[in-house]
Amino acid sequence: MPKTDSLQGSLDLLVLKILSRRPRLHGYAIMTAVKDWSGDVLRAEEGSLYPALHRMEEAGWIRAEWITKDTGRRARIYELTPAGKKQLDVEESRWQAVTSAVNRVLRTV
Amino acid sequence: MSLWSRIVNVARGDRLSREIDEEAQSHIEEAVAQGRDSAEARRAFGSALRHREESRDVRLIAWLDSLRADAIFGWRQLMKRKATSAAAILSLALAIGACTGAFRLIDALLLRPLPVADAQHLYVLSRKGIDFDGKPATVDGWAYPAFQLMRAAVKNQADLLAVSYAQRMDLTYKSDAEMEKASVQYVSGWMFGTLGLRPTLGRLLTENDDLKPHAHPYAVLSYDYWTRRFDRDPEVVGRTFRMGDDLYQIVGVGPEPFTGTETGIVTDVFAPTMMHPGAVHDDWTWHRTLARLKPSAAVEPTRARLDATSRAFEEERAKGFTGMSKQDIEKFLDQTLVLEPAAAGASDLQSNYRVSLVALGVLVAMVLLIACANVANLMTAQASSRAREMALRVSIGAGRLRLVQLVLVESAIVAFVSGALGGLFAWWSAPFVVGMINPADNPARLFLPADWRVLGFGLALTLGVMLLFGLAPALRASAVKPATALKGGEDPHTRRRMMHALIAAQVAFCFLVLFVAGLFSATFERLSNRPTGFVANRLLILDTTAQRAESPVFWDQVAEHLRGIPGVQSVALAGWPLLGGGGWNGFVSVNGAPPGPVLAYFLAVSPGWVDTMKIPFTFIDGSDFLPSDTFPGAAIINETFAKQFFNGENPIGQTIAKGGAPCKVVGVVRDAPYRSMREPILPSAYVPFHSIDSKGALQPVRDATFMVRTSSVNPMALASILRREVPRARPEFRVSNIRTQAELVRGQTLRERLLAMLGVFFAGVALLLAGIGLYGMLDYSVLQRRREIGIRLAIGAPAGSIARLVTMEVFTMVLVGALAGVALGMASVRYIETLLYQVKAGDPAMLALPSLTILAAALLAALPAVIQAVRIDPVAMLRAD
Repeated sequence: MPKTDSLQGSLDLLVLKILSRRPRLHGYAIMTAVKDWSGDVLRAEEGSLYPALHRMEEAGWIRAEWITKDTGRRARIYELTPAGKKQLDVEESRWQAVTSAVNRVLRTV
Repeated sequence: MSLWSRIVNVARGDRLSREIDEEAQSHIEEAVAQGRDSAEARRAFGSALRHREESRDVRLIAWLDSLRADAIFGWRQLMKRKATSAAAILSLALAIGACTGAFRLIDALLLRPLPVADAQHLYVLSRKGIDFDGKPATVDGWAYPAFQLMRAAVKNQADLLAVSYAQRMDLTYKSDAEMEKASVQYVSGWMFGTLGLRPTLGRLLTENDDLKPHAHPYAVLSYDYWTRRFDRDPEVVGRTFRMGDDLYQIVGVGPEPFTGTETGIVTDVFAPTMMHPGAVHDDWTWHRTLARLKPSAAVEPTRARLDATSRAFEEERAKGFTGMSKQDIEKFLDQTLVLEPAAAGASDLQSNYRVSLVALGVLVAMVLLIACANVANLMTAQASSRAREMALRVSIGAGRLRLVQLVLVESAIVAFVSGALGGLFAWWSAPFVVGMINPADNPARLFLPADWRVLGFGLALTLGVMLLFGLAPALRASAVKPATALKGGEDPHTRRRMMHALIAAQVAFCFLVLFVAGLFSATFERLSNRPTGFVANRLLILDTTAQRAESPVFWDQVAEHLRGIPGVQSVALAGWPLLGGGGWNGFVSVNGAPPGPVLAYFLAVSPGWVDTMKIPFTFIDGSDFLPSDTFPGAAIINETFAKQFFNGENPIGQTIAKGGAPCKVVGVVRDAPYRSMREPILPSAYVPFHSIDSKGALQPVRDATFMVRTSSVNPMALASILRREVPRARPEFRVSNIRTQAELVRGQTLRERLLAMLGVFFAGVALLLAGIGLYGMLDYSVLQRRREIGIRLAIGAPAGSIARLVTMEVFTMVLVGALAGVALGMASVRYIETLLYQVKAGDPAMLALPSLTILAAALLAALPAVIQAVRIDPVAMLRAD
């Protein structure tokens, strides 16, 4: 399987899921989490991750806040909002529906 | 929420960019901290700029952001040239404000529907025919018996309402010593129900309050009067007031927005028509008739039915006419009833000022167009000086639409700032103009609400103006060709052609405004300089009323008493003052012959009236009345009367008779206007104030007027003394109103004064704007052609030829514009003919004046540019480029 960053529209789902398990992550940590938790298969590119984060922030699914870390560096961290939790449920069930449908097709053929 | 935060983010775009950059920075630092190579991390992150743009577009509304950027840029452009921007904005503000103000007036007087149910189904009935002077005339007055017949005839098609002309009347809530004036209207009791009005307090009048003559002394107050006079006292219902001989009871207060159906007058008190003394007379026309058509009814059949009923009524009445030839009776009967829409009410103010207001509206629209042309030229000139900037923008990839937006936004700033200032001007100016319509004792009251109608108009006007002056320069700027523009200029002539066309249009509009303003001023001047035949200065008019009709002997006693007051030169009695609106006419027979077809006008006056008015006698053997003279018995006639009825013979000693009342002519006096300054002098006869009936008994008089000539220049100084002295002479007499004759004369030219004043003001503005426009245009063209001029001067062109070169084209345009203006003026003058007095549009003086003024202004405007052109130093010029 080639290393892919084509997340097929599932980037929102992954970000929301990651933030629901581990709240208050900054962009780099989310990027790392996508890579690690997918066993190095999936990759979120910076070029699409940040616009996605900002879009979801505007949509009210996640909210951001600036913090100063122990190292003295400032970072912008994200966490889920109640609306984001609901959106996660929606996206998850949609993903399930899509994958099971695709699986059914694969089995039939 | 999200949309809002995106809008908010537009306002803090810089902070947003900083935040995005900082996050990117922190991302890379984090990557480095995790042990990655800094350069590699940066490469992986990609272009920071692209990243910023993408994130920005997500977090704010892109078009709003670009609009904001353009607005800031446009504002800076405007601030860079403060003087020209301020001139543009001020001229536009004045024009927009004037247009909005004119719209407010036109809307309030002519367009705004009355606050009643189904106003659009209201019509007013009038009769079109030929009046006794042989001129076409429309009369909207009706006799009550005719109204009753018509109401019955169309009861299935329409509800007919009788509404009297609003009158300023004397009434009192306490004693007679505390009489006050109120505007009273007699209305059909069922009017309130038909118009769907609900009481604020108590009840409104109904059909049951309007059944029998003189049997229903009930009144409804208007909300406005209740507020002004009673401070909204809820106890007002049940109170009584005396008006004339009747004690009225207040039964209720009308709804707030309703001020009567006579737009321009706010009615205070509504009383039932049956309480009007004219309700039983078939020859008193004292009320308007409104019709509210039922939804199922068509206009024309209803009109025809009303017409037939009215004609039948008049034919019946004409059978009783004596002393009129058959021909005259036929002429009198030949009238057509017309139904005109009255959704906005029906009033004299409307008919008097309709044409004037529309004419004013057109004038200010012309001024607005001139101002727009100015700003358009300014914008075009500016756009061409920015051609390089535009070319650069196109070269680095700006879209045409983006450039149109850039220039339009600048126009929008100008338009909206002007619109806001103009709104202020309109807010002030419309009531100011209404305040000028203030005939003595009865100023117009017009409600001028600033609601969505006015606001919408102002907004639409501002937007329209913006497109008018902004769109062409914007399109032109966006059509820039980078290659030519960056090379050093395109063909300058294409740009100037449009500017030239605008100059011609400006001159044409300016000519029209000047021309019409000239007509208005000449009308005012001729009308106010028309000889009155009497001396109005120092003349005080005391409209006086007695509790009941009193013998003229008592009236004489009061006059005698007044003569003894210091400061009073002479006192005389009259039925009413000249030019006061009163009238009494009839057909006259001379020396017992049958009466002729010409109406003569009569006025009862006491001995000494002619002297007090200072109207000179024209025949040496003529004389004033003797105290013993009576009507019938003696008469003094004016010159027009003598000419009309005696063909140059000496009328002294001959006999004239009005409807069987013979009078011997004892004197002839100089002509004086009777009703109006506008109409030709009417044949008038003055008859003795002492009137006798067929048995020779003196007739008592209830209302009359004392004419008092004072020795002081300001007759009003005596007003309060005289008001006090009249009841002192006889307690049953009371002064109801004090005016000066000069006020009445001035009142005759109120509309003309207003039109002349506003006309001259806007002519001045138009001339100034057109002059500025011309100056700007010439200045620009010299600037653009300075290289060419430099070369011409270098090879020896004389100053004269340079001046010609610079001004030739523009002056051709001025000429073309002036000719177009003449054509426009000649074409439009017939619409305002009714406003003019003894002024002909084709009068060479009327055409020459605006032409010369414009020419002078054009020369003045051209001078600086010509001087500048001639002074160009070829050496400096050619070296600079």
